[in-house]
Amino acid sequence: MKHFDVIVVGGGHAGTEAAHTSARAGAKTALITLRKDTIGVMSCNPAIGGLGKGHLVREIDAFDGVMGVAADRSGIQFRLLNRRKGPAVQGPRTQSDRKLYRQAIFDLTVAQPNLDVIEAEVEDLIIKNCKASGVILADGSRISSSAVILTTGTFLRGVIHIGDQRSSGGRMGDKASVKLADRLLSLNLPMGRLKTGTPPRLDGKTIDWAQLETQPGDEIPELFSFKHRTPFVKQISCGITHTNEKTHDIIRDNLGQSAMYGGHIDGIGPRYCPSIEDKIVRFSDKTSHQIFLEPEGLDDDTVYPNGISTSLPVDIQDQYVRSIKGLENVSILQPGYAIEYDFIDPRSLTAALELRDMPNLFLAGQINGTTGYEEAAAQGLVAGLNAALMAAGKVSEVFSRSTSYIGVMVDDLINRGVTEPYRMFTSRAEFRLSLRADNADQRLTPRAIQLGLCGEERKRMFEDKCDKLEAGRNILQNATLTPKEAVVHGFRVNQDGQRRSAYSLLSFPDINFDQLSAALPQLAGIEPDVAAQLSKDALYVNYLKRQDRDIEAMKRDEAWRIPENYDYSALSGLSNELTAKLVKAQPATLGHAARIEGVTPAALALILAKLRQEARVKAL
Amino acid sequence: MDTIYALATARGKAGVAVIRISGPNAWEATRLLAGKLPQPRQAGLRMLHLDGEALDEAVVLCFEAGASFTGEQVAELHIHGAVATVTAVLRALSDIDDLRLAEPGEFTRRALENGRLDLSQVEGLSDLIDAETESQRKQALKVLSGAVGKVVEDWRKGLIRAAALLEATIDFADEDVPVDVSPEVTAALTSVRASLKAELDRFSAAERIRDGFEVAIVGRPNAGKSTLLNALAGRDAAITSEVAGTTRDVIEVRMDLSGLSVTLLDTAGLRNTDDVVESIGVDRAIQRAKTADLRIFLLDGEDVPMLSPSEGDIVVRGKADISTQDEFSVSGKTGQGVQELIERLTDILIHRVQGAGLLSRERHRILLLDAFGALESAQGELCSDLDQPELAAEYLRDAARSLESLVGRVDVEHLLDEVFSSFCIGK
Ligand SMILES: Cc1cc2nc3c(=O)[nH]c(=O)nc-3n(C[C@H](O)[C@H](O)[C@H](O)COP(=O)(O)OP(=O)(O)OC[C@H]3O[C@@H](n4cnc5c(N)ncnc54)[C@H](O)[C@@H]3O)c2cc1C
Repeated sequence: MKHFDVIVVGGGHAGTEAAHTSARAGAKTALITLRKDTIGVMSCNPAIGGLGKGHLVREIDAFDGVMGVAADRSGIQFRLLNRRKGPAVQGPRTQSDRKLYRQAIFDLTVAQPNLDVIEAEVEDLIIKNCKASGVILADGSRISSSAVILTTGTFLRGVIHIGDQRSSGGRMGDKASVKLADRLLSLNLPMGRLKTGTPPRLDGKTIDWAQLETQPGDEIPELFSFKHRTPFVKQISCGITHTNEKTHDIIRDNLGQSAMYGGHIDGIGPRYCPSIEDKIVRFSDKTSHQIFLEPEGLDDDTVYPNGISTSLPVDIQDQYVRSIKGLENVSILQPGYAIEYDFIDPRSLTAALELRDMPNLFLAGQINGTTGYEEAAAQGLVAGLNAALMAAGKVSEVFSRSTSYIGVMVDDLINRGVTEPYRMFTSRAEFRLSLRADNADQRLTPRAIQLGLCGEERKRMFEDKCDKLEAGRNILQNATLTPKEAVVHGFRVNQDGQRRSAYSLLSFPDINFDQLSAALPQLAGIEPDVAAQLSKDALYVNYLKRQDRDIEAMKRDEAWRIPENYDYSALSGLSNELTAKLVKAQPATLGHAARIEGVTPAALALILAKLRQEARVKAL
Repeated sequence: MDTIYALATARGKAGVAVIRISGPNAWEATRLLAGKLPQPRQAGLRMLHLDGEALDEAVVLCFEAGASFTGEQVAELHIHGAVATVTAVLRALSDIDDLRLAEPGEFTRRALENGRLDLSQVEGLSDLIDAETESQRKQALKVLSGAVGKVVEDWRKGLIRAAALLEATIDFADEDVPVDVSPEVTAALTSVRASLKAELDRFSAAERIRDGFEVAIVGRPNAGKSTLLNALAGRDAAITSEVAGTTRDVIEVRMDLSGLSVTLLDTAGLRNTDDVVESIGVDRAIQRAKTADLRIFLLDGEDVPMLSPSEGDIVVRGKADISTQDEFSVSGKTGQGVQELIERLTDILIHRVQGAGLLSRERHRILLLDAFGALESAQGELCSDLDQPELAAEYLRDAARSLESLVGRVDVEHLLDEVFSSFCIGK
């Protein structure tokens, strides 16, 4: 029997990132997926990033992952969202050429040492001593491994709905994973059902572009990877059009035929990704909704109409689409549809994304109740790294809410579970001002280097950047102005006699680097990139003091690990109510415990006391 | 690491109260109140001042980091146990930058982290956990029922609405949401702030601790009010005579009841009269009695005209020496029942200043004040020319956190609920 350290099942966004991370971490890794040619396929819209999501991609890139690199290689319209707001809430986004994205992922996968790709359907798990120890393929062959990561996305008992027609499938054109789903069902894991949908794809040659407004990308594109500066391929614009009263009438008249409104679907869909049916029912007073017409590729005429996902029958889709300006003569290449699928309640996972009740089995991506490529890839990174660490007999790596969006997401998932498909928003991060897309490398790459996840090139670039930032910061801190001098240069500051460094002046909202550098010639030596980064760092300095204290406290708590299946009832003094809550939540660290509602400092002190006592006993 | 402080001894009446301060700024903070500090581990008598105002005379003790209860730098203030004194000193500490009131159990937690305690010592915490749970439950019940419940619910709604609007412009910038939400956010915040302010003003019960309470003795002429006052005050403050209507003006006597400063008012006897001078006295008596914090109705067998007791007032039968009823009665002349009256009065007043208990009241006051300040800063950010909603949002988060124990947790799901029900999100 063949043996790998880590087997990853599924070649979607979670699976590829997991396989790459595991391989980079030094584990002998196999990526097993239904079809080699669908590795890196974007099931839905051809875009990567956005608010919160862009943060995740930058963080993946800080670990030298693949998503950001592939997004850059295939990006055909880069936009930095919230460009005019503060850097903490700016999120990079790009539209990608679908084919180029898949190609980029494929090329990176082939080039990755330690990583084998196997085309097959995984039908079952090998379970030995209540632990996952490999997989069984459709042809009956077995492959053993120290750890298995499942990233099967929407494929678990996937059902596709178009009107009242339903068919089994993992997404359009792919069969569902039924046997594997049955196996998971037999493990008695807590499971649920979710749904999502996608719009019809249009033939761009039949769109009357001349009638439509367009939206170009940014003049100066911001890429995802810290390694890249300029786009790889030609940049294009999107079209913009709107639904109208007639569109709404058609949809309203045929609501009963929609899979979702006809009562054919039980799964819960995301509120931030409503179908056009939903929009018209819930916001009935709106007479028009915006649609972005996004080309799916440079040499591909397929257009993705962002904003009208649907599960109406094909002929109704045809009618309502043609009622829209610019789309009067459009032809549909592939109808929109809704898909229902199984997910596993992520509260059954540890912070390493390992199933608590089935050691060595990790889950990542949509299977955990999330939605989105970026969310999937970020979990892939966590699961891939931890599976590799486990295979090597090393301690797991916990991502903290205080240092990454990845940590925020994992913590949310495993502690709170999901009620609708989980998507990242910047508002989920309580330390939003410090967890910025622009400083993801400064936050995470040092750890990535320690873990051995970074290639030589990345390491060198990062160290070089750090040296420059350090030098620049020194110059800024040593260049000072008295209040009188500051006023001469037109800066409004308190006349308190205090000398201020250029760095602290940069934290004033109305003073920028160029003005400072006109006043202080020694700043001229700082490169524009470095100056821009330092300005962003300086901007929030005064707000971060409180946050830093909270972060410090959280980190201290997170350093205290609580063993699995910890016996809280042995803690005399803990109320029954709290004991029950803790037993249910199984916090991995004291920090997790602190976030459980009702857990007071006194209760934490009690747990901590016990942990300390046990640590002392062990040390003897 | 924050520097924290709290009352280390039981609350309520006690001869001595100990306030403990722990953390990197413990000595510095103490120096602000007490001036030059005594040597570590040596007691020193100091006058505590804040902004030139004397608070109390205290025994000050300092402990170095590594040689203290928590393992951190610690200072202890041993002050007089009167409620008023303790409150004044705690309040002075709350005004010092970088100092905050400790959470229950926090000193122990720190001691533990610094290896100063073992598990058996910590298990004493279980009482605390139970008490906390119980007091939280009571507090929640109290807040939710009654008029306060409605007010608190409005705060919560206002905060969620304001934060949701801001977050919508941040997280859904490329969606169909309004670009400028600051007018509505400002309106919501202004209203929450006004309401917080009103609530803060109600904490004036605590102000009373400093300014003192007014207690009016009312009754018909010749009911024995002045004699009672004299008995209570222990000296001849009011002129007492057998002629009805002697006290034409309001006589005030200040006294100290278990550390609370109380002004007793002896007022003109209440009756309808044609005597112009006397009727002026009666009017004045009614007015003062009404604005007093509490009234002692002294009965002489008939009801007191023109004024009736409100909730919390004390009703007592006078001239116990010559009456035979066995209701609660006093006699200023013989002193019968006077001690009991004083105890009753003290209990009522202490209960009033404590409300839910001195500490939790003070905690709430600080939280309201913090929230108020945070909302003010949020509004400041909204008014600035820069488009940085993340900063206003940050302050709103602080405000919500401060009010958490009153309004319940406001987390991102509540904001998202509001966003998705208000705006059509989703391209
Ligand atoms: C119709 C539709 C609409 C969507 N709409 C949106 C949207 O609007 N917004 C949004 O953010 N996200 C949307 N998504 C979600 C997004 O596509 C997913 O969140 C993301 O692709 C999940 O990544 P994943 O890696 O978890 O799974 P997937 O990308 O689904 O990958 C699963 C992989 O597992 C493989 N696989 C499955 N079973 C087996 C097996 N037994 N053996 C071997 N290999 C197997 C498959 O071949 C596939 O490669 C949509 C998805 C679908 C299908």
